[in-house]
Amino acid sequence: MKYDTLIIRYGEIALKGRNRKSFYDTLYDRVREQLLDLKDIKLKKRFDHIEVVLNGMDYQQVADRIRHVFGIQSMRVAITVDNDLESIHSGALRVIKEEEHIATFKVSARRKNKDYPMTSKDLNYSVGSFILKNTENVTVDVHHPDMNLQIEVLEDTTRIYGKVIKGAGGLPVGSAGKVMLMLSGGIDSPVAGYMMMRRGATVEAIHFHSPPYTNDRAKQKVLDLAAALQKFGGRLKLHVVPFTNAQIAIRDRMPENYRMTIMRRMMLRIAERLAVKREALGIATGESLGQVASQTLESMNTINEVTNYPVFRPLVSTDKVDIIEIAKNIGTYDISIRPYEDCCTIFLPKAPKTKPKREQANRFEKNLPIEELMEEALAGVETIDVGKQTEALEDLL
Amino acid sequence: MIYLDNSATTPPYPEVLDTYRVVSERFFANPSSIHKLGGESEDLLHKSRQQAAALLGVKETEIIFTSGGTEGNNFAIKGTALGYRQRGKHLITSMIEHPASLNAFAQLEDLGFDVTYLDVDEEGRISIDALKDAWRPDTLLVSLIHVNNEIGTIQPIEEIGRFLRDKPKTLFHVDHVQGLAKVPLNFKDIGIDLATMSGHKIHGPKGTGMLYMREGVKLAPLLAGGGQEFDHRSGTENLPAIVGMVKALRLVMEKARDGVPYLQTVMNRLRQRLAQHPLVTLNTPEFGAAPHILNFTIEGFRAEVLIHALEEEDIYVSTKSACASKASEASHVLLACGLPEKEAKQAIRISLSFENTQEELDIFIASFDKKTKELMKAMEA
Repeated sequence: MKYDTLIIRYGEIALKGRNRKSFYDTLYDRVREQLLDLKDIKLKKRFDHIEVVLNGMDYQQVADRIRHVFGIQSMRVAITVDNDLESIHSGALRVIKEEEHIATFKVSARRKNKDYPMTSKDLNYSVGSFILKNTENVTVDVHHPDMNLQIEVLEDTTRIYGKVIKGAGGLPVGSAGKVMLMLSGGIDSPVAGYMMMRRGATVEAIHFHSPPYTNDRAKQKVLDLAAALQKFGGRLKLHVVPFTNAQIAIRDRMPENYRMTIMRRMMLRIAERLAVKREALGIATGESLGQVASQTLESMNTINEVTNYPVFRPLVSTDKVDIIEIAKNIGTYDISIRPYEDCCTIFLPKAPKTKPKREQANRFEKNLPIEELMEEALAGVETIDVGKQTEALEDLL
Repeated sequence: MIYLDNSATTPPYPEVLDTYRVVSERFFANPSSIHKLGGESEDLLHKSRQQAAALLGVKETEIIFTSGGTEGNNFAIKGTALGYRQRGKHLITSMIEHPASLNAFAQLEDLGFDVTYLDVDEEGRISIDALKDAWRPDTLLVSLIHVNNEIGTIQPIEEIGRFLRDKPKTLFHVDHVQGLAKVPLNFKDIGIDLATMSGHKIHGPKGTGMLYMREGVKLAPLLAGGGQEFDHRSGTENLPAIVGMVKALRLVMEKARDGVPYLQTVMNRLRQRLAQHPLVTLNTPEFGAAPHILNFTIEGFRAEVLIHALEEEDIYVSTKSACASKASEASHVLLACGLPEKEAKQAIRISLSFENTQEELDIFIASFDKKTKELMKAMEA
């Protein structure tokens, strides 16, 4: 049997009052993007759900594409039958037989079409007895059924619902404004991006690239990470910032134990400038308190001084093992562990200061042509539309 | 042209050839070179592996690109025997394997390994009880062909997987070359450790294949060298062919959704029509066989004669397996199924792809009737 419809339900966005429509439209766009190349199916906007008309396509294939899309609470498969009792009976039986491991069920009929000759109660009884007569080892349990067989009588047709598939939850990407994600290529920053996306933020990524000390594979790795984040909704833009000269200047002019702190301050300044330019309202990082020298509270305090933009650190209190777990689940871990050096590790001292001070950093930076270095870096930014990049390769496959 | 020899090889999809050409031209650099061009090739290799893994429901690191079915079977069998030889020296397979497996086992016997060849019934199926009897605590490997390439019989892979599930020291290898896309297997659910697949049987380029190797399995490599393919299979990657094969895999799996039920329908019709022919005996069982292979014996003359008679009509079928059919010996598969030598020399195999139409099969049947009548007449005169 083939289900003909997939119903997409949203959760939290229904609560958003007057903004409901814009949330709904955003979710619709995110769903549509993932399904764009499936020409057979049709999407329909309904008041409280999105309806996917499958036109013969396997629902599993559609569900797999959108199960990562934030804003979807659940998906539910359904078949559509005529309104006569015989069609409803046989349809209900097909749905029950389609679902494996069902020992108990109940029927919950609803009538949107109130002119329908039978009451919901009568329908429940009639369909229930028909199923009992035509199956073996299946009984009714109205309190804790394995399956609640929902039947909805519409004007001309009746819809019978099958299994529920859990959605990714959260809010649709694009419903909460934009943040700049500092994407290093490590394990943490893609997870931070994922968590910001989960609450609806549009993410653009910044990566600092220091050729020839960091190579194209390191850049490609970041591109792949950005591409992996795209399945949660929306296309990503990646800004690759040339950072070699800034790093050389820091190496040559800054005391060794403050190089890391000052390099981070430079990165954050550049990220803020890009955020202004790209109309992002915040900056996100994968920092986790105490994980490395740059992530002590003293470091965060000293580094954060250079911007008054909000800096979001969704992983600040998450343990490394838990971050790794999420990274594996969202498919970024295997990419992150590719062994290419990123710019954070070159020219840096073996023992960077773990308790840097604002006053000290400011004093040292007087010897650094900050504005000049920033302008040079910003002038050389390469912005990559990650979606387009991956499509080019996917055409070959 | 009516091509009904798809178990020997398939014509590559045009889209696959396009990809092959573009990749050969634009991604010629060695994926191991550290420059930018090498990086681009490496990226494409990554993406191919990702896609293959996703299509097969396994992890990226569990896909080893090979040169085809022969290498896959050799690697799985010899790699297990040599890699785990401290554990034991007993191996189990069947009488109706592809020569790539049988001859690999013969080599291992020369090296002192002890091989049990399971017999098959007249439908070409092994018995689970015989397998259970043959199994010993020092059995390193059970290696079986999933869909037999000559008669299409499907082995009870899932049941075997269940039997082996609590025997982690015995690896389970499945020669999945004929089954891929047409008789799908879920490697993970069944508990398969190694599965051999080939690119040119699914409309991909020749000289390509994949070996699924479950995470944690460590075989002795056949090809030692620069450590490509996670150190399992050295040699510069054949990138255009790999990308082409993975594209073919995607296309063939998309087609399989409607293609498998379609093949079942046309195959049933073909069976019925051939069964009515007075000289024909069907060797492929009606139940438990793949939907694309039909083997039958034609009484009265050698199969070869009929093959050449049909090629006059631009119709191409084959005797037993292409890999062995040049030798004019009787089929070892049919002999194992209990056919007398004479009949085992008279077998013809028709093998379909999702691309064959009902119309082509109607023409085949008509030509087959016509040609057999002509040949009978000539022989009587």
